[in-house]
Amino acid sequence: MSEEALFDLQGVAKKFVKGKEQITIFEDLNMQIAQGDFLAIMGPSGSGKTTLLNLLGGVDQPTSGEVSFEQKRIDKLSEGKLAEWRANNIGFIFQFYNLMPMLNAYRNVELPLLLTKLSGSERKKRVENALKLVGLADRAKHMPNEMSGGQQQRVAIARAVVSDPKLLLCDEPTGDLDRKTADEILETLQLLNTEFGKTIVMVTHDPSAAKYAKRTLHLDKGEFVTDPSANVA
Amino acid sequence: MKDLYLIYKNLTRKKTRLFLTCFAIFIAFLIFGSITALKGALNSGVEMSADNRLITVNKINFTQPLPYSYVNKVKSIEGIKDVSHANWFGGFYQEPANQIVTMAVDPETYFTVYDDLVVPEEQLSQWKSNRRGVLVGERIAKTFNWQIGDTIPMSSNIFSNKDGTQTWQLQIDGIFRGENEKADTGYMVFHYKYFMETQTWGGDNIGWLIVTTTDASLNQQVSDAIDESFANSAAETETSTEAAFNKAFIEQIGNIGLIIFGVVFMAFFTILVVVGNTMVLAIRERTNEIAVLKTLGFSSPRIFKMILIESCMLSFIGGLLGLGAAFVIVQGASQELSRFLPNLVLDQSIVLQALGYMLLLGLVTGIVPAVRALRLNIISGFQGA
Ligand SMILES: Nc1ncnc2c1ncn2[C@@H]1O[C@H](COP(=O)(O)OP(=O)(O)OP(=O)(O)O)[C@@H](O)[C@H]1O
Ligand SMILES: [Mg+2]
Repeated sequence: MSEEALFDLQGVAKKFVKGKEQITIFEDLNMQIAQGDFLAIMGPSGSGKTTLLNLLGGVDQPTSGEVSFEQKRIDKLSEGKLAEWRANNIGFIFQFYNLMPMLNAYRNVELPLLLTKLSGSERKKRVENALKLVGLADRAKHMPNEMSGGQQQRVAIARAVVSDPKLLLCDEPTGDLDRKTADEILETLQLLNTEFGKTIVMVTHDPSAAKYAKRTLHLDKGEFVTDPSANVA
Repeated sequence: MKDLYLIYKNLTRKKTRLFLTCFAIFIAFLIFGSITALKGALNSGVEMSADNRLITVNKINFTQPLPYSYVNKVKSIEGIKDVSHANWFGGFYQEPANQIVTMAVDPETYFTVYDDLVVPEEQLSQWKSNRRGVLVGERIAKTFNWQIGDTIPMSSNIFSNKDGTQTWQLQIDGIFRGENEKADTGYMVFHYKYFMETQTWGGDNIGWLIVTTTDASLNQQVSDAIDESFANSAAETETSTEAAFNKAFIEQIGNIGLIIFGVVFMAFFTILVVVGNTMVLAIRERTNEIAVLKTLGFSSPRIFKMILIESCMLSFIGGLLGLGAAFVIVQGASQELSRFLPNLVLDQSIVLQALGYMLLLGLVTGIVPAVRALRLNIISGFQGA
């Protein structure tokens, strides 16, 4: 990769202790993610996809190894520093949207901006722009339970991009949506990648979703495998 | 505080739950406010007592009279500053429902021993020279809208007037008030001599003696000396400080302090458990949302604070409403009961106490879920959901 890597994982290991058993998810994982990449991660259930996203997003820390973001180690940051780092750099999109049920679309999108020093009017401008970007400008006042799954995921995308982070982490963003809605969401993600230069890492089970990405990595038993499709029945 | 809207929305997301918990807190502070005010009213007699004032009553019972001669005998005892006396008249104005505490006293000394009552000089001397005169406490003067110069018919259901009625026509010569705002001015005093000359039973008995000592440190010595000098006589005496006398009077009604403490404590304990439990459940339901907030970058201390603010808001909403209702009730009751409980007020000190308890209740009920949220690990937060 000629570009400076946005993410650099060196010899990352992740182990969980469950009772007396020790589960090893990753033994020695190495990867780089370039600025501007749109990476799809596929793999069977339990292969460690979510765990990997958690490590990238700084919500979990490796047992050993290094995770660097823009040449700075994040794997040893304190909880408070990590929270700040996440707020500044990462947008999260979840399979089940995870909107706050008591807040309307506008207030949900505004949430990450409460962590900034922006004024009320500045926040308003940004929230409106983000909602416009996902095509929901007219739904600002709607509550999550008044919206379809696709609309809720759009609100979640607006929330993820409103503070203008470099990186979007998506864990099965279309896993709960029908084909047509899924395609709309994926097009939006693609737009964010190509037009707005967001780096995207997306976990998916769906090969047609992966097609929207620039490249796809396959995880199996904690390792990247080159061509798993040959083995798939 | 940008999170205030979020906190508010969390607080009000379940209307029924909000209502029920607020209602529980409302009741607790309603009880607290009104009962504390009641306790204050009952205790104000004790608090208001001068510390060098002694009351001497008949040892058998304070309703039994003492011979008038005791007044002069007591004067000679060492350590005594002034001596006065009073008789219970009972008394009502126009109809028995208008009970007014009325006493027949010695005009020359009464306001000397009660030097914490204030009467304008010219009103006092006018009263002293008018045998049918009466001095009226400020509070009842207000209640009945009486003015100086008015003649008021005061009836007794104990005594009869020699003129064949049970009514005495008294002329208002002045109005007394307390130096301290809390002092009881819900009574009136008229001339002992006039009373003795006009009532049918005759005699020269007094109800009780009021004695001041030259120094409060002499109280015990003086009261012992008084009681000793009448020991083995037909009317033995019992002398105690005014504070003790008032307190003994209250204790006859029952150990009010303890009962009040019990009621308030039970109310608070119940509410603490109910609200605390509700908060724990409410926050547990939000485990997933808290994990989301943390993922977005909300720090753990910030979420901790948000939950404590929420529980305090809950406590203050219910608490202030309850205290407000208590205020209205006390206000209403104090008008109804003004003659029996002159100092029934929900005053500033009760409000401050209540505010303190609201804060405490908020913090105590919020602390468990707040600490849990503080410690919540993002990954287990999502897995738990
Ligand atoms: N906190 C944890 N404690 C113990 N084991 C865990 C924990 N988190 C994940 N695991 C285990 O790690 C493995 C990988 O989990 P992960 O969630 O990363 O899989 P995944 O690839 O995202 O699967 P899926 O496609 O089902 O979402 C699983 O076997 C899981 O049981
Ligand atoms: Mg997963």
